[in-house]
Parts: sequence; C-alpha cells; structure tokens
Amino acid sequence: MKLKTILLGSIAAAVFAAPAYAVDIKIGVMNDRSGIYADIAGEGSVVAARMAVEDFDAESKGINVEIVSADHQNKPDVGSTIARQWYDQENVDVIVDVPTSSVALAVNDITRESDKVFLNSGAASSDLTGSACSPNTIHWTYDTWQLANGTGRAVVENGGDSWFFVTADYAFGHALERDTSAVVEGAGGTIVGTVRTPFPGTDFSSFLLQAQSSGAKVIGLANAGGDTINSIKQASEFGITQGGQSLAGLLVFINDIHALGLDVAQGLLLTESFYWDLNDQTREWSARFEEENGKKPSMVQAGVYASILHYLKAVEAVGDKGAQDVVAKMKELPTDDPLFGQGEIRADGRKIHDSYLFRVKSPDESEGPWDYYETVSTTPAAQAFRPLEDGGCSLVQ
Amino acid sequence: MVSVTDTEPTSAVAEPRIRKKTMGMPTHHMAIFAMLLAAGIVAPFMLYPVFVMKVLCFALFACAFNLLLGFGGLLSFGHAAYFGSASYISAHAAKVWGLSPELSILAGTATAALLGLAFGSLAIRRQGIYFAMVTLAFAQMVYFFALQAPFTGGEDGIQGVPRGNLFGIISLQSHFAVYWMVLAIFFIGILIIYRIIHSPFGQVLKAIRENEPRAISLGYRVNRYKLTVFVLSATLAGLAGATKAFVFQLASLTDVHWSMSGEVVLMTLLGGMGTVFGPIVGAAVIVTMQNYLATWGAWVTIVQGIIFVLGVLLFREGIVGVLSKLIRKPL
Amino acid sequence: MFELLGIPPQALFGQLLLGLINGSFYAMLSLGLAIIFGLLNIINFTHGAQYMLGAFVAWMLLNYLGIGYWWALLLVPIIVGATGIIIERLLISRLYHLDHLYGLLLTFGLALIMQGLLRNEYGISGLPYGIPAELAGGQNLGFMFLPNYRGWVVIASLAVCLGTWFVIEKTRLGAYLRAATENPTLVGAFGINVPLMITLTYGFGVALAGFAGVLAAPIYSVNPNMGADLIIVVFAVVVIGGMGSILGSVLTGFGLGLVEGLTRVFYPEGSAVVIFVIMAIVLMIKPAGLFGRTA
Repeated sequence: MKLKTILLGSIAAAVFAAPAYAVDIKIGVMNDRSGIYADIAGEGSVVAARMAVEDFDAESKGINVEIVSADHQNKPDVGSTIARQWYDQENVDVIVDVPTSSVALAVNDITRESDKVFLNSGAASSDLTGSACSPNTIHWTYDTWQLANGTGRAVVENGGDSWFFVTADYAFGHALERDTSAVVEGAGGTIVGTVRTPFPGTDFSSFLLQAQSSGAKVIGLANAGGDTINSIKQASEFGITQGGQSLAGLLVFINDIHALGLDVAQGLLLTESFYWDLNDQTREWSARFEEENGKKPSMVQAGVYASILHYLKAVEAVGDKGAQDVVAKMKELPTDDPLFGQGEIRADGRKIHDSYLFRVKSPDESEGPWDYYETVSTTPAAQAFRPLEDGGCSLVQ
Repeated sequence: MVSVTDTEPTSAVAEPRIRKKTMGMPTHHMAIFAMLLAAGIVAPFMLYPVFVMKVLCFALFACAFNLLLGFGGLLSFGHAAYFGSASYISAHAAKVWGLSPELSILAGTATAALLGLAFGSLAIRRQGIYFAMVTLAFAQMVYFFALQAPFTGGEDGIQGVPRGNLFGIISLQSHFAVYWMVLAIFFIGILIIYRIIHSPFGQVLKAIRENEPRAISLGYRVNRYKLTVFVLSATLAGLAGATKAFVFQLASLTDVHWSMSGEVVLMTLLGGMGTVFGPIVGAAVIVTMQNYLATWGAWVTIVQGIIFVLGVLLFREGIVGVLSKLIRKPL
Repeated sequence: MFELLGIPPQALFGQLLLGLINGSFYAMLSLGLAIIFGLLNIINFTHGAQYMLGAFVAWMLLNYLGIGYWWALLLVPIIVGATGIIIERLLISRLYHLDHLYGLLLTFGLALIMQGLLRNEYGISGLPYGIPAELAGGQNLGFMFLPNYRGWVVIASLAVCLGTWFVIEKTRLGAYLRAATENPTLVGAFGINVPLMITLTYGFGVALAGFAGVLAAPIYSVNPNMGADLIIVVFAVVVIGGMGSILGSVLTGFGLGLVEGLTRVFYPEGSAVVIFVIMAIVLMIKPAGLFGRTA
C-alpha cells in the first residue's frame, strides 16, 4: 500500500511538476526572537525567508523548501546547540540570519565542520570574511568595516574631523571603535578621546557629558541596541546635538529610529546597506513585507530575503545541494535582486553592494511613519567593503 | 558498614547512627544508580548526544549546588562564578596552552576550587540573605573580570576549543567519544557527592543546617565544615563547567552571568533540594524545556516563571521530594 | 584654574550631580524594597519588574487613553500598587511562615512572567515616551547643562523619600507599622488589623516602584528588561544600607549614586561593578549593613 502511494506520488510529481531533478532544502532561520535584536531580525526574518521561497517559485522548479526557525537568545552556547542539532539531526541544509557576532562565529565554525551552508545577514563582525572566513559561509548585509568606513569617511569629508568615542565595553564595541578610528585618522581626522561604558548600560549622561566637554565635533557611538537608543535619547536631553556637536551612530537600524522617534533621533548620521524607500523595487517589496509583518523591513530582513533568493538560484544552477558546490556557484553567479540590486560575492564570502550614509529626518521633513531617512551619500559597492587582500582570509591567496 | 573517614576528628561525640545496607548504599539507591547508568548508556542512541551531554553537565552543576544548599543549608547566589571560570580556564588551557582534555578539565576544576576557597572563606562568615549577597557580589566581580580580561574574548567568548585526544591517545572528534567521557565524569561527580552526603561529614553538615548553635555547642567547628562544603561544591561546579567547555567547544559570558546562578537555583528547587537525585531531574527538565521550546521565544521565560511560582506554592519539595514522600523513602 | 585628579572641578561637579540623579532612582527603589522587607520579611525580586510595569502603564495610558505624564504620575502608582495588592493577597501571603528563600524564588518567578508577557506583546527595542512639555529644555548651570526633567527627578524623589520617612517615623500609622514589624501578634492583640496593614504596605512599596518607573520612562527607554539588571544593583544598595532600614536605604541610594558617578569619570569600565565591591567590603566589616541593626 505504502509503496504504491509513494510510487504514484512520484509518478504524479514527474508528470505534473516535470523538472528533471528534485531537491529538498531545509532552511533554518536562527536569530534573536526575544532579545534586543528581535525587532530587526526575529519573526520578520522568517517572513522574509518565506517570501524569498515564494518569489523564487521554488516548487515549480523542483525544489521543495521547508523553513524552520529558532531563538538563539544571543547566547553562543544556545546557538551552537541549535546549529549542531539542526545539522546532525534535522537535516537542515542552510542556516540563515544569525545576528550577534559571538553566535555567528560559533555557527560559522560548526557549519564548516558539518559541511553545510551559512548565509549570515544579521551579524556585524568582519571576521566572518576575514580571519574566520570559510568556504561554507556567505556574509550578506553589512559588517563593522563597512559601517566604520561608511560613517567615518563620509563624516570626516563633510567636516566632522574631530571625534570622541562612546564605546560599549565589549569586543564588538572595541572592534567598531578600532575600525572607525583607523578610517577617521586615515581621512585626516583626529580622535580627541574615548570612554568605555559598561555593557549593557542605561544611563549614558555621564559619558556624554565627558564627550561634550572634550569639544569634539562628532560623538561616535560605538555601541548597539539598547545602548545606542539610550545614548541618543540622552544626548538630545542634555542638549548635546543642539550645542553643535553631531552624533554618529555606528550601528543603528531603522527599528531603533522607530523606537526613538524623530524628535529625539533627528540629525543622527548612520550607515545602512538598505532602506525600504530607495527605489520602486524596494518600495514594492517592503509594502508586501509590511502587509505580512506589520513593520517595514530592516536591512537584516532584506538581507535574509536576498541571500535565500540567490542561494536558491545557485541550487537550481547546480542541480544539487552539495554545500561547497552551491557556495562556489553563488560566488560565480552575479547577484541580482530587487533589494540590493546587482552585485557579486567575493572569494572570501563577502557580498558587496552599495552602502548609504543617511541622516535622520526632522519631524517636519517626515511624511509619516517609517519615512525617516534622507540619503547623504552613497559609497559604491567597490569601495564600500574591506579590500579583499586586507582581510587575512585564507581563501584568498 | 560505612567507613569512617572524617575530614576532621571531632570531639567525643557519637556519630549519628544511620542504617546502611550493601556497601553503605540502600538498595533502592543502588537501583536508581543502575537505572541512571543504563539510561546514560542508552540515551545517546535514542537522543541527540550533545543535548544529553548538556543535561549531564547541568545535572552535575545542580547536584554540586544542591550539596551546598540542600545539605549545607547555604544559599549561594553566585555559583555561576565557579562554573563559568572553570569553563574559561579549561577552554583556554586546551586552546592556547594545548593541554590534553583531562589536564584542561583538571586545570579548570582546580581554578574553581581555589576561587571557592578564597570566596568561601570570606562568605561563610555571614548568614542567610547576607551570605547570598556576598556570594553574588563575588560572582559579579568574576563576571566583570571575564568581561575585561583579554584572554576571555569578551562577549565572543573562547570559541573553537579543540576537543583533542583524551590521555593523548583517544580521539574525541566524534560526539560519542566525548559523550562517554562526559558520562564518566558525571558519574564520578555524582558518586563523590553521594559519598560526601552519606559520610559522617555529611551528617554533621545536616546537623549544622538544622541547628547551628546546637552543633557549635556539641563541639563542632562549624565554620570549617561550612568552608569545606563550600569548596567541595565550588570544585564540583567547576568540574561541570570545565566539562561543558569541551561539549560545546566554547566558553562564554553566559556561564558567568548572574542569571546562570539563578538558573541553577531553579533546577535544584524544581527537582527537590536536599534530595540526592532531585537536581538531576530538575536540570533535565529545565534543559529540555529550553531546548525544545527554543522556537517559542519569550514563552520559555514565561513558562520558567510559572514553574517557579507553582513550585514555591504547591511543590516546595520539588519533583523528587514529592516522589520520595510517596514511596516514603529518601531519594 | 586648579584641577582635581586631572578633572576640572566644574566637570566633577557636573558628574556628581548626575550621580545624584541616578541615586534618586536607587533611593526610591531601595526604599520600597526596604519597607517590604522590614514588614513582610519578603525579598521582593519582582521590584524591578514592577518598576518596569510602571513605565509601561504610563506608556499605555498615554497611547491607549491619551492620559499624559502628570496624571500618569498619580494614576500609575495606584494601578501598579493595586496589582501588587492582588499579588500579595493571592500568592505572597501564603509564604509568610516559610524561609526567605521561598519569597525570593516566588517573586523571581513573577518577575520572569511579567517580563516575558510584555516582551511578547511589545518587543524589546523600547517604546518612546516624551518628556512633558512643562519640563522640556534645561538650565545652564555654568558647569553643565542640566535638563529640567533631571532636576525634577531629584526633587520628586527626595520629596517621596522624605515623605515616606516622615510617615513611618513620625506618625501614628508609622508607629503601628514599626510595632508590627517587631511583634505582629502583640500589635494584632491591640485590635489592629495586621494582615491588612501588611497588604497595604506591600501595595505601597510596589507603588513606589511604579512611581519610579513613570519618572524613568521619559529618560530611559521603556522596555521589558529595564528593571532586570537594575534590580540586582538595587538589592546591593539595600544590603549595603542594612536590610529593612528605611533611612539607610535612602541615604545609601543617593550615596551610591554619587560613588558610581565618580567611578564613571575615573574608571568608567568599572562603574557597573563598583557597587558590588562596596557591598562585599561593607558586609565583611559591618555584617548588618551601614545602618542596619545586628539581628
């Protein structure tokens, strides 16, 4: 009986679906679903993944896709347990998203060991395509080098040539500060001081006051999430931006601006790889996304969509899901999607595309919810990311 | 008969007499140990080995904590310090110094023991809630150290710890090989704890827990007993942490954060504090929940909270405590 | 101009003032904890979550009912206090005959539930809550720019703390309270409804947390975790001041705010841990805290 059904089923599949091959793909969306990155990634990334599969029309191309999701709670041990279990037990082929650098680095290791595919969108660490680069990993959306470069260079060029850093006292904050300092100094600016703030913190007024009395033109916020939100809020309260100093957020997402409100956030400079209101294609996609998820997409969610789309294209081209083959194919095929436009993936796994410096609009300039950014400058893809030879990636020789 | 190997000869007080069978272990305890061992051997074939190892590590951690709380009557709110620092040291030893797994684990455990000795000797001078707060204060300092010290890698932790070769010869590359090592460590740990609890030393501890002034008046040097149990508990917690570093091949801030100290209280309370097997059950339930409810996001926290509330209101003896009452035998 | 340890005195003064502002929150929260501990013998771990709830209720009042900051300042403590009374009646009252440990665990569980529920509903990025128009802007004090709102926080907090201290130490009601702390049975024998007093005291302690939450809403982001890390620090404050000591908790709250403020200047990385270092030292030297009586 059972055999018959299977037989019938496959005949039916062969007759009606008609592709020459059939591949089963299981995508694991792993991210923060309850912590500080739940809004920029979270369920929205799952929605984005589903949209990618639908838009690619995977089924009619003979690719059966199943999507699972899990919450890594921003803890490397939780993330690595889930990753191992997915790969070893549940036949997951590809893990996507994974914000929080510490978790991403752990998943990166495990993916290489298990010879699967890791499409990172959410994490910032540029080590993923540098010292920790892997033939199984693609880093899609952004990284610390890009943020530092995008914000640092453009701000110095626009006259903000003396900087004071308010740095979250942990590895990620230090990396952001280090990269940005290098860019600022390289562009002819000076660093007048820096203060390391305990992480996570709630009261930043004391540190901001130190930044204020330093007389620096620009206060660089080398922090993320709640720390950034609180420091921006308090900078506005203490009249720091009104006093002529400007704030540069080194890792700020549109959801953070949404949480802050334009009253407080106006004038902030920040770098992102994606904004829903860039062009007709991004607007159209974002409208569909908003319908399903109730919010405009963050660049992380956009990256999840685009990376899965490109992955499925590579699977179709290869006709199989062997990890190394598919990743090699992803690097070979030029990328083209409605959100990031045309681009490519380099040998070290770095996806490159344009990077934008935005200024947050004032409440008067904004036409409504989510109309938050005004583009200050665009860094073309070729200059937006760390040069291939500087990363120290072993795949680049 | 139980062999009398007290750590400290006490005054001429008769040791409490306990009925003992079969090598000092009542038969139903023997049966449970046998069942645990059987389950431990079968488990990796039925369940995902890494998951079972996680349960074993936390079970040992909870048992070590229970030794202090359930038998010593001392509530430490900073046990993550020993668990986490051992985890860091053993990861560092394996990765940077290139030590073999057993030496790395020993190094981690020894660190926890020393830390336990240092903190314990100060903390035991205080009682009740003050004791808990002192341990918390020390744990926060350890957390701060872990965040600041260069070798711990900040919030990235120490990643990619090589599993290496046990005793230089047995490769630990496969999950199964590691599993047998973890299972062995777990059993050694549990048997040590069992032995401590049922030794004359353990009996004195219980006496102190029940009535400290009385124990003092009987001539026991209470503080020495407290310090000893504190160090033992910290050491065994360290053993669990050091082993965990090999299971996950990483050591991270999670292991030293105060919420980890809270979690181990939860496990112990849920399983049944002051019982031998309770913490194992508690740890298994909590770890399973965290694992299988991972997709539920914040609901894990809510369910944990509900367990706390219900546990305190309805099952103060914990799961195993209730069972033990039902069969009218200590478990 | 002379400099003090490399910092100009004006800047130092500014930092101390900021420390005092943070101290106001410590003082209000630890006051509530101390009152609850004093009378109920319960270590109220939910306090941080109730502070967070205060901020959230203020946000809800504004966004769902259009009720602004000043009304919130009055209504939120009542609402949060009422939830506290329900919690005390339904749950905590069952634990009075037990060890401290159980109260701690129960309230810890409650805190997890509250945080989890709000996190499910509102996410984690935080919700915006504006500074009331009357208190926008600030004063230039010469050495620093002091936002009016921060000044208001210090004044409001001082008023509440002093008021509470006055009620407990100088009024008849306070005398009953203190007596009930010493010997509830005896006070009950005088015809005073002790259980009711206990319930109301818990409600009041919780209301203080709610009040602090409203004060915090405009300056810190309103998010479900805002109380989780704070509570551990506030515990330390209460322990350093001496558990159950009203005056001790208030003075220690402000004092530690200042110490923390100074640390932020001289060793910013260490400002999160300094309070714990102080706690360890104080407990080693004065087991019952700075203002506590040895039991």
